[in-house]
Parts: sequence; C-alpha cells; structure tokens
Amino acid sequence: MKNKEPIILAVVVFFTLVTYYLVEPYAHGVMHKHVESENYAYDDLPAINKTGDAARGKDLVLGAGACTGCHSIEVAGMPAPMDPVTAASSYGVNPPDLSNAGVIFDGKFLANLIKNPAHALMVEHKFDASKGQMHPMTQFYGAGGDLDQEVADMVAYLQSIAVEQESVTPAMAYENACGRCHALKYENWTQIGTKPSFKYKKDELAFDIKVLEYEDSITKYMGKLPPDLSMYIRSRGEHYIKTFVENPQNYLHGTAMPRVGINAESMDKVIEHLEDAGDTKREERASVGANVMMFTIIFAIFALLWKKQVWRDLH
Amino acid sequence: MAHFEKATSVKDWLNQRLAIEKVEKVMASEYWIPKNINFLWAMGMVLMITFILLLVSGIFLLMYYQPNVATAFDSVNYTIMREVGFGWLWRHIHGVAASVVFLIIYIHMFTGIYYGSYKKGREMIWISGMLLFITFSAEAFSGYMLPWGQMSYWAGMVITNIFSLGGLHLDGLVEWIRGDYVPAQAFLNRFFMLHVLLLPLAILGLIGLHFAALRIPHVNNQDGEEIDFDAEAQKYLAGDKKGSKVMRFANDFMSKDMMVVGIYLIFFFYLVFYHYNFAMDPVNFDPADGLKTPAHIYPEWYFLWSYEILRPFSVNIGLIAFGFAQVIFVLLPFLDRSPNTVPANRRGAFGIWFWLLLVDMIVLTAMGKLPPEGAFSTIGLVAALAFIALWIALPFITAKEKKL
Ligand code: HEC
Ligand code: HEC
Ligand code: HEM
Repeated sequence: MKNKEPIILAVVVFFTLVTYYLVEPYAHGVMHKHVESENYAYDDLPAINKTGDAARGKDLVLGAGACTGCHSIEVAGMPAPMDPVTAASSYGVNPPDLSNAGVIFDGKFLANLIKNPAHALMVEHKFDASKGQMHPMTQFYGAGGDLDQEVADMVAYLQSIAVEQESVTPAMAYENACGRCHALKYENWTQIGTKPSFKYKKDELAFDIKVLEYEDSITKYMGKLPPDLSMYIRSRGEHYIKTFVENPQNYLHGTAMPRVGINAESMDKVIEHLEDAGDTKREERASVGANVMMFTIIFAIFALLWKKQVWRDLH
Repeated sequence: MAHFEKATSVKDWLNQRLAIEKVEKVMASEYWIPKNINFLWAMGMVLMITFILLLVSGIFLLMYYQPNVATAFDSVNYTIMREVGFGWLWRHIHGVAASVVFLIIYIHMFTGIYYGSYKKGREMIWISGMLLFITFSAEAFSGYMLPWGQMSYWAGMVITNIFSLGGLHLDGLVEWIRGDYVPAQAFLNRFFMLHVLLLPLAILGLIGLHFAALRIPHVNNQDGEEIDFDAEAQKYLAGDKKGSKVMRFANDFMSKDMMVVGIYLIFFFYLVFYHYNFAMDPVNFDPADGLKTPAHIYPEWYFLWSYEILRPFSVNIGLIAFGFAQVIFVLLPFLDRSPNTVPANRRGAFGIWFWLLLVDMIVLTAMGKLPPEGAFSTIGLVAALAFIALWIALPFITAKEKKL
C-alpha cells in the first residue's frame, strides 16, 4: 500500500498556514494602518542653507537667544534656572538640558524649532499664536542680523558642544528625547530623573510626591499623562514606535505628543533602550534558542533512528 | 489477607504489591495498536507532551506570579521576564504551548472526524475528548486573565457579559461570576484559582478518562478495517511480527510517537524562540485600564470561530447560535447515523461535509478576528449560517449513506 503520509502532512500544513495567514498578517494588515518610515528626513521643514559659526552661536544661545532662561546647558556650566517640578508648573513640562541636543535632534529640525516651535513640533492644533495660544517655548525672532544665519549659528554651537554620535548611549538618547514626558519604570526612570535608592521611607515619599506633582503639571499641559513606555517594545513593536515618533499625527490625529525631531541614529538608540526595558533578555533568548534548536534536532534524529530500528521487524 | 513471599528482587517486591508487570502489559507492551495508522495518530502523544510542557512551565511561573490587580502585570513583565533566571523562557514556553496545544487539538479532532473514530464503541473517547476541549478552553481563558493586561481585562469583561444571556438580563449572574460589578480583584483571584488548581485537576482526571476510554475499543485505523485484536495479538506473540496486523504500543508505536514528537518539538521551539508574537498578543502588554477600551477586542485565535458564530446575529439569536456551537460537537457520535466507520473520502456526501466544515471553520476564524464591517460581516454571517446548516444536515446525509 502506498504511503499517504506526505500528502496528509501537506494538507495539515496547508490549512495551518492559511489559518495563520488570515488571523495574523492579513487581519493585522486590515486592522492597523501601515505607515512607511520617512527616514527622519523631515521633508516638510525648509532647509537652512547657511553655514553656522559655533562661536557666534554660543553668544546667541547664552545671550540674545535666551535659551538658558529656560534650559540648562550643563556642559557649558549653565545650571537649570528652576528645578524640574517648578519648571513643569510654569511651562507644563521641564525644558530639557541642551548639552547634547545637537547630537540627539536633527540639525534642520533644530533650526526650525528655534524659529517656530509649535510648527516644528507639529502641535499647531494646540498652540495657535493667532488665537493667543502661545507655545511655552518662545519663538526666536532674531537678534538683529540675518535670522537664518543666526539660527544656523546656534545649531552649530549646540552641535559643537554635544558628544560624538557614536558616544550617544541608549539611556542618554531616551532621557533627552522622551524622558521629560514618559516615565520608564522598568529602568527606574521618572520624568524628573532616575529614581535613587533611599535610606529613609520619608525621603522616598518626598521624591514620589515630586514625581506626582510633575505628572499633574504635564497631564494638564498635554491633556493626558504620557504613558510609561516600559513594555512598549512588546505592545507596539519597533516599526510602530519608530514611525510614530517621526510623526505622531500619522497615527493619532490631533494628539498632544509633539514630533520630537530626533535623528535616525539616536532613534535607534531609543529603541535599544526600550528593548533593554521591555525585552531585556533578547540576547540570552538568541543564544539559548540556538542551543535548544540544536539539541531538539539531535533528539529528533535519534528518535527517527530508533523508530527505524524498531519498525524493521514489523514490516 | 493475600499471601506474600520474600521478594527475590526489587521488581518482584513491587510486583507482589503493585502487579507492575501486569500493569505494564495492559498499558504498554500488550496494548495493541493497528499497524495501518499514520502520523496523525501520534497527535494524542503530542498533546500529552504539550500538556506536560504547560504543567512544568506553569509550576515555574507560579513561583513568582502575584494574583493581585496592583502587582500582577509587573510580576509577569518585570519579575518573571527580567529578574528571574530563565523566567522569560518559561513564560514563552507557557504562552506558545497554550496556543499550539489548540492547533494540535484541532488536528486531533478533525482526524477523529475524518476517520470516524467517534463511532462503534469509541463514543466515550470522543465525549471525553470534547470535555477535554471544553476544560482546555476554560483553562486557556482563565490563564489569559492572569497577566492583567488590556486584553485580559477587556476579554474578561466581554466574555463574562455573555452570561447575562442577552434578553434574560441576568446581570446578577454576571456579577456573581465576577465577584464585583467589573473585573477586579475578586475576579482575578478566582480565575487564578481556576487556572492553577481546579481546571488542571479536571484536565488530569479527564485525560485519565480519555485513556481509559481508549483501552477497550482500541484506536481506529486509516482504512476503516475491523481488526480482530485478540487473534492478531496471538500472531504477534507467537513470533509473526511481520504478518500480524497489530503492534505493541511500547516500544513499537511509541518509537513512532517519539519520532513525531521530535519533529514537533523542532517546530515548537522555533516558535518559542523566534516567532512567539502570534501567541502573546501585543495588546496584552499594555496594563489593564478600565477607562480605555482597546480599538479592537478579539479573543485568542482558537476561540475565534465560535466568537464569530455569536457576533453576526442580534444578541439573543447570537447566544442561541453560540450555545449550539458549544455543544454540537459533543453530539457528533449520535448525529452521524451512518453504519460505516471508514475514512471520509469513502463516505460520499459525508466526505464533502467534512471539507466544508473545515473550510467553514477557517473562514469563521478569520472573520472572528477581522473588524465586523462591510464584506467581512456578510461573509461572517454566511459562514455562521453555513455552520448551523451543516450540522442540521448531518443526520440526514449520513442516514442516507449505504452500508459499505
Ligand atoms: C520660555 C522658555 C524657553 C526658551 C526661552 C527656550 N525653550 Fe526650548 N523648550 C522649552 C520647553 C517648555 C520645551 C518643551 C516643550 C514640549 O515638550 O512641549 C522646550 C523644548 C526644547 C527642545 C526639545 C525639543 C524636542 O524636539 O523635543 C529643544 C532642543 C529646545 N527646546 C531648544 C531650545 C533652544 C535652542 C532655545 C534657544 C533658542 C530654546 N529652546 C529656548 C522652553 C524654552
Ligand atoms: C512633550 C511630551 C512628549 C515627549 C517628549 C514624547 N512623548 Fe510620546 N507621548 C506623549 C503623549 C502626551 C502621549 C499620549 C498621546 C495620545 O494618546 O494622544 C504619548 C504617546 C506615546 C506613545 C504611544 C502611542 C500610542 O499608540 O498610544 C509612544 C509609543 C510614544 N509616545 C513614544 C515616544 C518616544 C519614543 C519618545 C521619545 C523619542 C516620546 N514619545 C517623546 C508625550 C510625549
Ligand atoms: C489535550 C487533551 C487530549 C489528549 C492529551 C489526548 C490524548 C489522546 C491520545 C494519547 C490518544 C491515542 C492516540 C491517538 O489516536 O492520537 C487519543 C485518541 C483520541 N482522542 Fe484524544 N486527546 C486529547 C483531546 C481530545 C479531544 C479534544 C478530542 C475531540 C473530541 C479527542 C478525541 C480523540 C479520539 C476520537 C481518539 C481516538 C482516535 C482513534 O481511535 O483513532 N481527544 N487522544
């Protein structure tokens, strides 16, 4: 009698794959809109075709630009004018330290941000200057010279004080670009910084209260508390997060989350940090996986040989 | 009192007290299996192995899981996934096995239907199998509540709502099941109990019943052949291993079981390490939030076909259709009125019925996941009606079947 097992196996595999295709790739394709990456090009923003001069930029950033009126620049010895909780109660959110802004954010984006924050951040639906709704970061109107040249100088300065792109760590990228809004509990990160370990309960509670106050301000500012991103690498996945950050309006029309204008390299670091938080054991999984697969294949080969041996007497 | 002699060996000592040789014969070496069966008959063993994987990984998870609405999510996603050595491995094994076990159960069930293995003395095998299916479903559902993610919460909400039984408005019953107005601490606690104690106990008992039910009728074969097991066993024991139509369960068929298990484990561990997302829904990695309904609420893939039988109708009719779908498989041995126990391809109309049912259930599964809009809801409605029509037609088409 002829052996029907190959055809039976083919039938089983066929129906399994059809079912899998329908409930996974196909259904998810229908349910979730697919957004292609724009490669962090920020094509909607005009390029500034001026070569910046860092020395002049320094004077502007620390002087007429008034950046340090709100932001700290620790590497330049400029401390924060206010602590994060107070800053958040004035601006809604703590303006980030600018020491490494030049390497985290895209250069063209930074220039546009300085010229018109609400536009670059894509939050004009919330901050419409004509209706008197001002973005908390004031627009730079120029210090008397050529506006584009001045902006280019400031960007050049920010880039000159920042570390090299290779030295950007995952935590640094996250804390600069996302950390002022999103807590990351599994990495011990709160919006006001890494939570230290406390000796006394009282100190810990005092810290927690500060976080809660900060969260109250930001909730008022954004309309809702930005979620803790600890498990987002599993719940949203890399592709979604990357394309969402490039342009949050693509997915959540009218959302309060700004387009943060991060560059592609730093975004990869942000993803790595989110993987460290929510998919911590991925390397162990790869190495254990390879070993288990190898062991299982050897087991299957021995099982096959055993079966052949036992069945030799049966047929 | 029975007579005991001084034992000559440990085996003899045990034999006098537990009759282990006899037990071994009954359960293994003289449990006769037909030779003309294919790898589909190894699915029972594959299920057994998968169940053991679930049990063992579950025990490890249980050592760190916390059934508390405030800590459940973090105990799974932080403690088990990050802190506990190999906790991630146990969790992925558990999650993937819980999904794959249903794939194998469906293959096992459709094998039974195709070869008519629920007839002629095998009714109790089928019924105990269906009871296993139902308890496994409850086990999977209760387990899905435990990480207390968004899908846990909202699937828990939707499924327990079914118990208000539509027009009957038994809201009191729903509250009684939940122990609260909405899924909350009491709900999590009781589903935890069900998942780690009561249902596994029931499953163990039912597996025992399922195996016991197999012992007397023996397993069916792929040719619908009636085998005289006693005569064939004599032949085998007399040394004519090649001529006999049967073989021992152990080691003869077991060696094939193990071969299939080996191949299955390659597939299984591939999923565990490289392709686990299908079994662990991304939405459930968002912590439960009673104020935020997810955009799409759907059950795990193995419940989709029955969910889709509920969904396209108005509430009351949907519930009746759903109830019908839950019990109708149990009644299969009595709805099939044909005298033949042969593979479906030799049974004329029944052969067509079989493939239609299979395809219809796949269509229902797909539509159960897709949003109920436009063409999808029409296809879903047609497939649900087709499901009901197929089962109503079954007694009539099988009664017409001629004895082969
Ligand atoms: C009046 C206070 C204020 C001043 C002045 C100010 N900023 Fe800001 N800046 C903010 C606030 C508030 C935010 C956070 C806004 C938000 O997240 O919605 C911010 C955000 C930023 C960001 C992060 C944007 C992103 O994409 O995440 C950068 C970079 C930045 N500012 C640079 C500058 C520079 C350069 C200057 C000087 C030209 C400057 N800021 C002046 C308040 C200020
Ligand atoms: C100025 C505050 C702010 C910053 C900075 C910010 N976000 Fe957000 N983010 C939000 C808010 C507010 C929401 C909630 C949006 C909503 O639901 O409408 C959000 C939501 C999200 C979501 C969830 C989207 C969804 O589908 O629900 C992701 C993912 C996210 N942010 C990632 C990031 C990443 C990564 C960064 C850093 C590169 C970042 N965010 C920086 C405020 C911020
Ligand atoms: C997870 C639970 C289950 C386990 C561990 C299990 C195990 C087994 C085993 C070991 C066998 C004998 C070998 C074989 O034919 O595969 C078997 C046979 C059988 N099972 Fe199951 N089974 C389970 C669930 C089910 C379900 C859900 C059904 C469907 C109603 C079912 C129906 C049958 C039938 C009809 C047979 C007899 C096959 C024949 O005689 O050819 N079982 N089962």
